[in-house]
Parts: sequence; structure tokens; C-alpha cells
Amino acid sequence: MTDLVDPHAVNAPGDPVLAPDPMHGSSHITSTGISNEKLAMWIFLGSECLLFGGLISTFLLYKEKSAGGPELHDLFDIAFTSISSFVLLMSSLTMVLAVSAIQRGDHRALRSWLLVTALLGSVFISGQVYEFKEFLNEDLGFTTSPASSAFYALTGFHGAHVTIGIIMLMSTLILSLRGRITQQKAEAVEIVGLYWHFVDVVWILVFTIVYLIK
Amino acid sequence: MTTPTGSSGAVPASSTAVPVGEPIADPVGQGAGADTHHGPSDGYYIRIAVALAVITAVEVAWSYLPWDDWGDSSLLVLAEVGGLIAMMVVKFVIVASNFMHLKFDDKILTRVFYAGLTLAIGVYIAALLTFELFSGEAPGFL
Repeated sequence: MTDLVDPHAVNAPGDPVLAPDPMHGSSHITSTGISNEKLAMWIFLGSECLLFGGLISTFLLYKEKSAGGPELHDLFDIAFTSISSFVLLMSSLTMVLAVSAIQRGDHRALRSWLLVTALLGSVFISGQVYEFKEFLNEDLGFTTSPASSAFYALTGFHGAHVTIGIIMLMSTLILSLRGRITQQKAEAVEIVGLYWHFVDVVWILVFTIVYLIK
Repeated sequence: MTTPTGSSGAVPASSTAVPVGEPIADPVGQGAGADTHHGPSDGYYIRIAVALAVITAVEVAWSYLPWDDWGDSSLLVLAEVGGLIAMMVVKFVIVASNFMHLKFDDKILTRVFYAGLTLAIGVYIAALLTFELFSGEAPGFL
């Protein structure tokens, strides 16, 4: 962190660049011009690719190993999952509209879009819980077969990420209601949005690889 | 106010970077009442979402096509799976570029994210090859 800089200062070669600080509404010096928080979130998301890559690979290896239990593709309800996927996809739109709203300084719209995004996320999670319950009724438990273990691990981890995202959205909403999210702190909402969009792009992969490709 | 400076040690290209020699007009960056709104309009995002919804609908319809009735040639399998993967990649890139702002932000963020993604894809394709997934053989320990 740094103090305010002389407004008449000239940026010299190799000088670090001011980046907005999302949590405090001021600026701090970074060598990239990107705030540390935003860069950290992107690095975290890059590392998350490895986590989900491992889970998807495991699923690909085991998806046909039903060990006498029900076959996954016989149980999938593609129409239902398509609607869930559509809901999550649209939550990405409402999230980006929330970011756009706070960048304009429109707090009312920010709160509305955050709430809608959290609700859409909750609808997606409810759908996943319903799907898991249906599978359990069909005797497909976590330990039924290698295929079911890989399926529940992958979709369960994704569901946990969505749940954490909903908590982040509700926390941001509460902070906004308390007046702690100002237009100058718009990047804090953008960082929450990055996480939310990431769970959406992961589901884009999961939906195609797990559900659509037989 | 512009002051000539040396050519070495250039500041990395950035949407928020101040070019060498240029005055720092806003010493607190996007703070202190500055208008922080940047990027496309809401209408642009809605058009992107409509495009994503259309691709998803095509993707689902594609999976419902009676591929099995049309034969079992490898070309058909390639068309079925390849088509789905192509649409998946397009959706992924659209969301990452537009909703995650990679298209509008500093290129270093694109590099960080896609480096992680490329590493993941490389590592796991290697792992899947080790288990001979693409040969149709079951892993030996199963």
C-alpha cells in the first residue's frame, strides 16, 4: 500500500503502476497495474482448473465401470439437467449486470442483480440435490461403483463451489446493504463475479462431458 | 506534461498502466469519485447471453439426434462428439472472454488463466494416455 501520489508526477520507465484496491477504494502500487486481489483470484482460478481437470479425468476413466450397478446414462434426465444448466448460464448474465451496475454507481440495481444471481444459484443447487436424491432412489450411491464415485465427486465438488459462490454473493449483498460497497470498491464485486463465472464455465464442461457425450 | 525518458524498463502493457512519460492524471486510480464504469453496455451482455442460450439449445438438440440409427462409423462418432466438444469450447471462450472480461482486461490475466488451463489439459491428457483411455482398453487394475 502507498500514500497518495503527487498528481503532477511523471511515470518513469520501470516504475510500478497504481492499481485500484478493491477493498479500500484507494490505490496501491503493483508492477502490473492490476490489483493484487484480482491477480490472486485469477491465479486461484487457474489452479482450480487443475482440480477440476483431475476430477473430470477420473470420471472419464471410470464412467463405464458400473460394477453391476445402474449405468449413469440410463439415469440421466437430460431435459432436467439442460434446464439447470440454462439457469446457471443465466446467473452469469445477472452477475455481470451486477458488476456493471456498481461500476455505474447504481446500488439498487447491484443489490437486485446480486439477489437474483444468488437465487438462480440456489435453484441450480436445488436441482442437483433433487437429482442426487433420484439417483439414490435408483440405488446409485457414492460407493456403488467407480463410475458413481467419480460422478458424485465431480458434480459434488462443483455443487460445493456453487454453494460457496452463493455465500459470497449474499455476503456482498449484506455489505452493500450496510453501505460498505461503494462505486470505488466495484472491483470487489468484480472479483466475486470472477469466481461465479468460473463455476459457470466449469459446469459448461461438466454438462457436455458428463451428461451429453455418451 | 511530457518528459522524455529512457527506452529501457518499459512498464508492462495494462489497461490501467500509465504510459511512460505521461502524467499520472488520477493519482488514486479508480478511486475518489472517479467513474469506474468500463467495458461494454448491458445490452451487449444480454446479446452474449442469448448467444450462449442458443448454443446450449443446439448442443442439447445435437445430443438427441439419432446417431445410433445412422450407423456406427468412426466419422459419425467424430461428428457427434466433435460437434459437442466444439460447442462446449465456444461457450467456454465466450464466457471467459466477455463475462469474465478477459477480452477487455490486461492480457496478463488471459495468460495466467489459460496457462493454468493448458497445464491442466496437458497433465490430464498425459494421465489418460497412461491409462490407455483412448485405446478402448480398461485400466489394468480394474
